[in-house]
Amino acid sequence: MATITLDNLAHSYLPDPKTPEDFALKELNHDWADGEAYALLGSSGCGKSTLLNIISGLLIPSQGRVLFDGRDVTTAPTADRNIAQVFQFPVVYDTMTVRENLAFPLRNRGMEAEEIARRVGRVGTMIGMEAELDRKARGLTADAKQKISLGRGMVREDVNALLFDEPLTVIDPHMKWELRTQLKKLHRDFGHTMIYVTHDQTEALTFADKVVVMYDGRVVQIGTPQELFERPAHTFVGYFIGSPGMNLFDATLDGRQARIGDATVDLGAAFRHRGPVQVGVRPEFIRLATGGEGIPARLRRVEDVGRHKIVRLNVGGTEVSAIADEGEAIPADTDRIRFAPGAVNVYADAWRLTPEGGDAR
Amino acid sequence: MKKTVNQKAWFLVLPVLVLVAFSAVIPLMTVVNYSVQDTFGNNQFFWAGLAWFDDMLHSDRMWNALGRQMTFSAIILAIEVPLGIFVALNMPKKGFWSSFCLVTMSLPLLIPWNVVGTIWQIFGRVDIGLLGHTLDAMGIDYNYTQNILDAWVTVIVMDVWHWTSLVALLAYAGLRSIPDAYYQAARIDQASRWAVFRYIELPKMAGVLMIAILLRFMDSFMIYTEPFVLTGGGPGNATTFLSIDLVKMALGQFDLGPAAAFSLMYFLVIMAISWVFYTVMTTLDAREGK
Amino acid sequence: MSDTIPETVLSSRDMTIETPRRAARRFRPSGSAVVMGLYLLFLMLPIYWLLNMSLKTNSEILGTFSLWPRNLTLANYEKILTDASWYMGYVNSLIYVVMNTAISLAVALPAAYAFSRYSFVGDKHLFFWLLTNRMAPPAVFALPFFQLYSSIGLFDTHIAVALAHCLFNVPLAVWILEGFMRGVPREIDETAYIDGYSFPRFFIRIFMPLIASGIGVAAFFCFMFSWVELLLSRTLTSVDAKPIAATMTRTVGAAGVDWGVLAAAGMLTIVPGALVIWFVRNYIAKGFALGRV
Repeated sequence: MATITLDNLAHSYLPDPKTPEDFALKELNHDWADGEAYALLGSSGCGKSTLLNIISGLLIPSQGRVLFDGRDVTTAPTADRNIAQVFQFPVVYDTMTVRENLAFPLRNRGMEAEEIARRVGRVGTMIGMEAELDRKARGLTADAKQKISLGRGMVREDVNALLFDEPLTVIDPHMKWELRTQLKKLHRDFGHTMIYVTHDQTEALTFADKVVVMYDGRVVQIGTPQELFERPAHTFVGYFIGSPGMNLFDATLDGRQARIGDATVDLGAAFRHRGPVQVGVRPEFIRLATGGEGIPARLRRVEDVGRHKIVRLNVGGTEVSAIADEGEAIPADTDRIRFAPGAVNVYADAWRLTPEGGDAR
Repeated sequence: MKKTVNQKAWFLVLPVLVLVAFSAVIPLMTVVNYSVQDTFGNNQFFWAGLAWFDDMLHSDRMWNALGRQMTFSAIILAIEVPLGIFVALNMPKKGFWSSFCLVTMSLPLLIPWNVVGTIWQIFGRVDIGLLGHTLDAMGIDYNYTQNILDAWVTVIVMDVWHWTSLVALLAYAGLRSIPDAYYQAARIDQASRWAVFRYIELPKMAGVLMIAILLRFMDSFMIYTEPFVLTGGGPGNATTFLSIDLVKMALGQFDLGPAAAFSLMYFLVIMAISWVFYTVMTTLDAREGK
Repeated sequence: MSDTIPETVLSSRDMTIETPRRAARRFRPSGSAVVMGLYLLFLMLPIYWLLNMSLKTNSEILGTFSLWPRNLTLANYEKILTDASWYMGYVNSLIYVVMNTAISLAVALPAAYAFSRYSFVGDKHLFFWLLTNRMAPPAVFALPFFQLYSSIGLFDTHIAVALAHCLFNVPLAVWILEGFMRGVPREIDETAYIDGYSFPRFFIRIFMPLIASGIGVAAFFCFMFSWVELLLSRTLTSVDAKPIAATMTRTVGAAGVDWGVLAAAGMLTIVPGALVIWFVRNYIAKGFALGRV
């Protein structure tokens, strides 16, 4: 196990990149702490897989360095890094039995037969395939195959890190939940560093201690699920995490106040920034009102999604969502919205501004 | 894919059925007809029963030709299949050079078969051919028209030249269908080059390789034009394969009865072996689709 | 400074662009290139030798041994292209090859569709029976074909050769097309029927464009096998439809072999194939796998 350090890392698939736009992965510095479970979250094509392949050594970055516990492995082949990786589509060796599949990475490393048998037996139980160990891998279902792929990573107990590249894409929903639980358990039991790539926020938020959100080749925020929810560092994080995503209002700053259209809202803290900003408020923190203070809004429709209701409103031409409790009555004459205190974030050029005096807490 | 039962589909197959029946069944009946009759010329035929079949089964000539044929097919399969796989493994995967290799490799496949024979006939000649001349200059006594071994080697090299690309192209198509993730997983698992071939590439190529072997077996078993042009079946009968012998018998000596009986048995041998290949192939297909 | 964005994030907003690391892309003589180079050399040498000879005079061919023509001459080609009895061989070959390709595709398309979409009584046996014809040695059929086509008055016509080549091309075309058609989801058919398409209209307007590459590949193979076959085409023709491959035997005369013209004629038979390959180069590999990859 190791701390993985990315030092000025960037990658372009073009032979001669000129501008940051030519890079699939833009410059990045980060330490992946030993033994932590990370989720790498972002929409497809944002550079997640590129980053993962650089860490595992399948790809050599066009600039910057990768360090394992301080050792430079940037150009080292995959074999030298002792990394396990599970891919989006299950990779099994069709002609081998399940047992041989699980033993394969160990056998390639010249391990003793006894030790291999012990580990394979254990991993077989762990992935719930002990009954099928002597079956040929060909013809198994997609989730059984993916379990074998996971198992091939787990048999190597001394790996520096376990990398998962959207491993549950092809798995049935109920199996997804089960496999994810097993992965968490595995993480608790062994304490491997895990990096889990996904575009599914639920998967990311439930799996990881820390979530790394990527957007357009950049890491836009690294934080706990709670931080991502309460203080999205970038409007993309606000939009991508949460359902529905964060509401954004064009505004101008005036000390502790922001003007949104004709209305003025109190931000709870002072911000210093010249030029236009955006005020971001999650639907969970929007309160509905009739008359009185607040921003004028027109009620458009109410969607009941079970646990709660989503209220769609129109504020000065833009669509705004609010979340109301299941039992809460939505008056038809609602014409104002207010923001819950302390739940307001301010963005300039899509990046979050910190209030003067720093964030509370 | 589950197919729906629909007997009207026969109407769609009907044109093929009529056409192939016309091209195959009528001539085949003619052959059967000859095979059970004898003639003294003047188009007068009489019933000979299975005498010709009996004759042919006991004729050294046919057994010798069959033996040569089997040897030839076995040798070229043993060379072309591994060589084809090897070439496919080394082909560039994309870009200009990939297209270049594909086109260049296909070229021998599109040369009329007698021209293939002619090319090697010229190429191997000691007086005007590059190969023959070079071998001669190196002090090797090479003459494919006189020496049995030289004739065989030349015929085999010619066939390898002509058809290895077919195997290579098929294997290449199989290799191209392997997703990148397999190779990446193998690197993660620290698989050796040999293990990658044995456990990833070979299983994925199995289906197309069966097609390759089937096609090469059928075509090599029917080979006629190329060796006929190159060696004319000689020296002696050394390279007289089944088809060459058959044509000699039927058109050269006009022994229609024996030739027809010979044809039918020849056809049956090919069909039997091909049927085995085909069955193996379709079961493999079915297993793959599971 | 109010702009406090986490350290990692901040640094990724602007970046320095370095010269890309070349380690992964550095050139080294690769074993693959050597293997392919040798193999292609092996394939090209005999063809080069034919080309070399076709550009020499007979006296140079027989008199001196040279790796390239010393007295470059196009006389051999000129002779072929100006003599009707020569160049008509090419015309004849092309006529029956094109006829055969058209016939084979026309009958194979509906049949392949039936095999790929429906199951019906005897379908598997029929399919195997079709394939057995691909396995039929032309030598077996040479004489019966001769008699059959003579008796119906088609001897020495293009259509006779075209029909005879259907023996092995139709099964092959059915096989290839069936492979490609299997790859088209049948939901497309069902949607089209629901939208009110009749079968012929659906087949021509919707389905055929979908398998255009398959049709191209099948056509290529019909062309190829019809073009290279000699035994049947020679047996079924004498003068009017005589193929180029058979015409080439004329070079053997009383005065010996006219090597130069023979080589030139051979070179010219390679040209149509080379042209056709170029058009289907991206589908060749898949086509040789009969659409089953």
